[in-house]
Order: sequence, then structure tokens, then C-alpha cells
Amino acid sequence: MARDTDWDGVRLHVVTGKGGTGKTTVAAALALALAHAGRRVLLIETEGRQGIARLFDRPPLPYEERKIAIAPGEAQDGRDTGGDVYALAIDPEGALLDYLQMFYGMRSAGVALNRLGMVDFATTIAPGLSDVLVTGKATEATRRRQPGTRTGFAYDAVVLDAPPTGRIGRFLNVSAEVSGLAKVGPVRAHADSVANVIKSPQTAVHFVCTLEEMPVQETLDGIAEIRGVPGMQVGGIVINMARPAMLSREELKDQPDLAAMAAALGAAGLYDAESLAASLADELSEHARHVELADRERSELEAAGPPIYELPLIAEGIDLAALHKLAAELREQGAA
Amino acid sequence: MINPVLDIDRIIEDRRTRIIVCCGSGGVGKTTTAAAIGLRAAERGRQVCVLTVDPARRLAQSMGLSSLDNTPRLVDGIDDAAGGSLHAMMLDMKRTFDEVVEAHADPARAAQILANPFYQSLSSSFAGTQEYMAMEKLGQLRRSNEWDLIVVDTPPSRSALDFLDAPERLGRFLDGRLIKLLTAPVKAGRPFGRVLNAGFSVMTGALTKLLGAQVLRDAQTFITAFDTMFGGFRERADATYKLLQAPGTSFLVVATPEPDALREASYFVERLDEERMPLAGLILNRVHAAGVSELSAARSIAAAETLETMIPNGSAATAPPAHVPVAAAGLTAAALRLHAERMNLGLRERRVAGSFMSAHPAVPVIEIPALPEDVHDLAGLQRIGGCFGHTD
Repeated sequence: MARDTDWDGVRLHVVTGKGGTGKTTVAAALALALAHAGRRVLLIETEGRQGIARLFDRPPLPYEERKIAIAPGEAQDGRDTGGDVYALAIDPEGALLDYLQMFYGMRSAGVALNRLGMVDFATTIAPGLSDVLVTGKATEATRRRQPGTRTGFAYDAVVLDAPPTGRIGRFLNVSAEVSGLAKVGPVRAHADSVANVIKSPQTAVHFVCTLEEMPVQETLDGIAEIRGVPGMQVGGIVINMARPAMLSREELKDQPDLAAMAAALGAAGLYDAESLAASLADELSEHARHVELADRERSELEAAGPPIYELPLIAEGIDLAALHKLAAELREQGAA
Repeated sequence: MINPVLDIDRIIEDRRTRIIVCCGSGGVGKTTTAAAIGLRAAERGRQVCVLTVDPARRLAQSMGLSSLDNTPRLVDGIDDAAGGSLHAMMLDMKRTFDEVVEAHADPARAAQILANPFYQSLSSSFAGTQEYMAMEKLGQLRRSNEWDLIVVDTPPSRSALDFLDAPERLGRFLDGRLIKLLTAPVKAGRPFGRVLNAGFSVMTGALTKLLGAQVLRDAQTFITAFDTMFGGFRERADATYKLLQAPGTSFLVVATPEPDALREASYFVERLDEERMPLAGLILNRVHAAGVSELSAARSIAAAETLETMIPNGSAATAPPAHVPVAAAGLTAAALRLHAERMNLGLRERRVAGSFMSAHPAVPVIEIPALPEDVHDLAGLQRIGGCFGHTD
């Protein structure tokens, strides 16, 4: 049996965060974490950066769902055979063609529209349109049925690497976005069906954040924005790139005894112990300052309420091994 | 580092420099950097206006302004001994677009355009409008001649390149074949679709399905009203583009030592070169330099491990020598591990930055160390500016 996680009823995980906080990395790690016990997870990229392909060390992804990773099984559970992560890079053009095909069987008209720059045009007249098309594709994948699977759904979970925090409210609040556009009609109906998924307990919006002032402020603003939309659910806060706490807050408070440190460095076989001790002490006090600031930011996030997960800074950079490590962290902390 | 050092002070002290553009991907500290450059230049006697597109409240507060708006506001409290001044403003793209319309159309037509729903969504949300209006505002500020230096940061686009492409894209859009086709029937007063071929009516059919007929009618009305202004728009965009290529302009690419940020920086450097835009150099922001750099991560960890064996923890431990207190051994071991982590981070940043630099060996680079805290006041901006100096 799979154990309970914090988001058991959630099938669409929307991951947002301020630029530079590692949103795409966390989305990928979450997808890996969710793909266990034979589960199938779809990881969707929306910003056209091809960040997912790079993370998984693959050539650029087309507008097509394809398998990019196999999550490892867990040895202690004989039935846990691992799962599959699929990826899809959505662009508004592809999503529009898809939409026209799906609802009107009009793919060729769509291709012609695209060639004429009509997609640019359509998304200009209706700026919300491309967001509706992108979220529409994500919700379609979330709801897609497939006979013979464990749950009857094509995917057990969908992870959406969404636009940055500053834009997330508008991006998800599709009905409001197209309300000025079409009071009735197909797009409106489409937007409403998208909203039915997004504004349901099936969907959670997770925020990726680092323990710095601006990202924390944006996260708090974003949480307030999502909470302000009836039906939308704030998921967890993922503190990314957290520095390990090697010393207690108490130990960091005191001025280090330079002579004793120098003696210890000497005992460890290092030369030039006095000047080493002095510069290490400088680094310690800088670290203490950093920890103090990070603690202040963390308590602001805690006050906001959602569960908090913490992922370590990986100083060597993110590769596939690091992604699996982050996924394991998310599993351990109950996020997946 | 093989690359030449970027001397920002020399650029801002050179009176021939009239425009500095800070570009780079989101989250690298572009806006703060632009503000720090503006302040530094003002305190060196320049009459500076900082134009930002970033609504960061904190930045406004750091300059003593409760909020930034579409008009340059004087920043108080700077060191004006050298006779300089600093103004700051934030781009309001809708307001700027409205002003352009009002300046180019007679009042009746302007009112008609401003009230059009299609215009309203174009002016507040088209993906290229912000970039286009940033260029427009930059051109206005430059032409006003009130400032001898304008520092601008580029919009937080999906890609840093959008800044250069957007005016062209908006121009092409407003000027395009599609628009001509769409407006033709209205101008001719004939029912929509009569004069068009069958293929096109299939497409307008698809558009109508997507958007509804009202939206299309709004677009047609807008474009008819806007028609006379197209030329003016293109000309202005072209003029601003040329201004950016002129000798008085310096582009500074801002990046953090992260692969994504430097990849964008690389694209930008190459693109500026293609467009013959004057690149001054790269600001490598938030660099974590390790202090005791002669002590490598590996030796640091080895020493930490030695010390850790001296800490009694229930299992067999070598007692530390008499003159080393146990607590000091623990603290020092932790400090060594922290140091190793810093060194690893520093090495990684150096590796990432190194691959940029070897690809662009001629691009001058300056490193700005990571500050523990965000900037809250002018003193914080001055601290950043303090890193711009001559390195000798």
C-alpha cells in the first residue's frame, strides 16, 4: 500500500515560484517523486525554455507527450516497481491547433491560421486565450481516461511547471481572463471546463521559494492571490536551495574563541592556523547573519500556513542524480 | 579570469554615455543594478533618470519614494556635492500607449481608439506592448534632453531577447497582411468575407468560433481608426532602435553565476553583436567568493573529519590534545565544513562563469559579491555601486 501523502487527492500539481528560485527543478523533482508504485506522471512545461529537456539531459521536447524518466522502485516494498515520468512542452501555437482539432476537427485551418500569424493575432485580441489553451491542455491531460490503467486515468498525476509567481493568479483564473472576451461561445465554455478542474480539490498550487526577502514576499503575495479565488487550493511551500544547518543557533550566537579555533586547526594538521582561524571566524559570522535572515524569512512563510518542504542547496549543480535526490527528499517529507 | 575587467565607473564618468541599458533574464537583480548605477552616476555629477519596468515596491522605498509612477520623481538624500541629480520612474505601459495615441490622433479619433475594447487589451496585455512602450518612453526621455544619462532596465520577459524583438513584432502585427485582410471589408463597406477567398473565410470562421464575432468587429474598428498612425509608430520604433545602436548607448548584460542566467546572457551577447548594438560588458551578480581560498574544499573536509574523530560521541574517539577544548573542535569542524561548502559553491560558480567567458573572451566582466541582505535604502545601493570602481 502506498502511504498517505499530504496531497493524496490532488491530481494536478501546479508549481510556481519567482524567477531564479528553481521552479522547474522542483517541478521535475516532484514529478519523479509522484511517479512510484507504477504510477504515470506527466510533467508539463509552459514557458518554452526547454528547461525540462536540459534537466533530464534530453534533446529539446516536441509538442508531444513522451517518456523521459523512470522513477526507481523502493526496495523495502516488494510491490513498488517504480513509475514513469512523461514530459510535454506546451506552446500556444501547438495548443491552439490541438484545440481546433479536438473541438472542431479543424487542424488544417489551424495550420493555415498559424502561417498567417493568426495565432499571434488571436492571442493578441484575447491575451487570456493562450493561457486558457495552455491550462486547457493540462486539465485535459488530468482528466483523460484510459481503460486498463489502475485508476482509469491516463495519468495518475500531472505536474505543471507554471509561469512565475507574479503571473500565476491571472494564469490560473481563466474564467476571469476570458470574461471580457466572450460572454458565451466555445472559448467561454472551454474556460469554464478548465476552471472546473483548477478550482477543485483535484488541483493544488505549490510555491517554490528561497529564504530571501523578495522571493518570500512574492510567495506570500501569490498565496494571498490564490486564496482570494474561491475554489482554488494553495498546496505546499517548497523552500529550495536551503543551506544545511551545521551549527545550532546557540553556537552561532557566541563570538568564536580564535585561539581555541587556531589550536583545533593546528591539531587537525593545518598550517597557518591563526590566520585561518580568523578568516573562518569571519565566514562563521557571515553564516550566522545568513541563518538569522533565513530564520526570519522562514517564520514569515510558516505564518502563512501551508505545509513547508525544504530542499537542500546542491552546490555542484543539478544533474539527474541530484533530481532523484530532491525527489527522495520530497517523498520523505510527505509531499508525494 | 582571462576576460578584461568591466569598469562601470569609467562608463558612467564618460559624459558621452547617454543611455545605459541593463538586460538579462528574470531574478538576476537587473532592477537593483540599474538603480545602483543611476545613483552612482548621479553622485558623480550626472543628471540621471532611472527608468524601470519592475514594480518592486522595495526598490521604490530604497530610493525614498513611496511608489514609482509614469513620471520621473526626484530622489532625495543623495550626495549631490558633485552637482548631480537622480530621478526615477516606473513605466506604465497603458498610460504611455495612451499618450502616444493622444499625441498622434485628433481628439475625436483618439477618444474612439482609447474606448475600443481591442485597443484596451492590446495596450494592457499584448506580449510585446511593455517592451515596445519601454522603448517609446526611453526615446521620449532622451529627446527631452532633461537628463544627460538614462539608465533603463529591460522588462522581465520570458526571454531577454524579447526586448529587441517586441517592437518589431508589434510593428509587424499592426502592419501585417492579416490586419489588411481583416480591415479590407470594413473599409470597403462590404459584408465581411464577400471579397475574400474561401480559404480565408474558413479561417475567419475559426477565429469567430474562438473569439466570438464581437471581438473581431472591435478589432476591425480599431484597426480602421488606427490606420493613419501606423507610419508614425513604425518610424518611432525605428528611431529608438537606431538610438540604441548609437555610440552614446552602452548595454550591460546582468547575470548570476547560474547556468540558466548565463545561457540567456550568452544569447544576448551574441544577439547584440548581430544587431550591432554596443555591448559594454557583463555584470556577474551575486557571486559567492570563498574567503580562505588557499584552503581547498577537500583539505577542509579532511581537517573537519580529523577534528570530528576527537569529539567524544559515545563511540570510540581519540581525545583531542589537551590544549584543544572539545567545544572548539566541534565548532571548528563545523566551520571547516561550511568553508568546504562555500568553496564548492564558489568552484561551481567559477566553472559556470568560466564557460561563458571562454565562449566570449572579449566581453569585459565585473563580479559583484553576493550581499547577505536585500537592498533597503540608498546606502545599500551605494554599497553595490562601491563594487563598480576601478580595480587597481
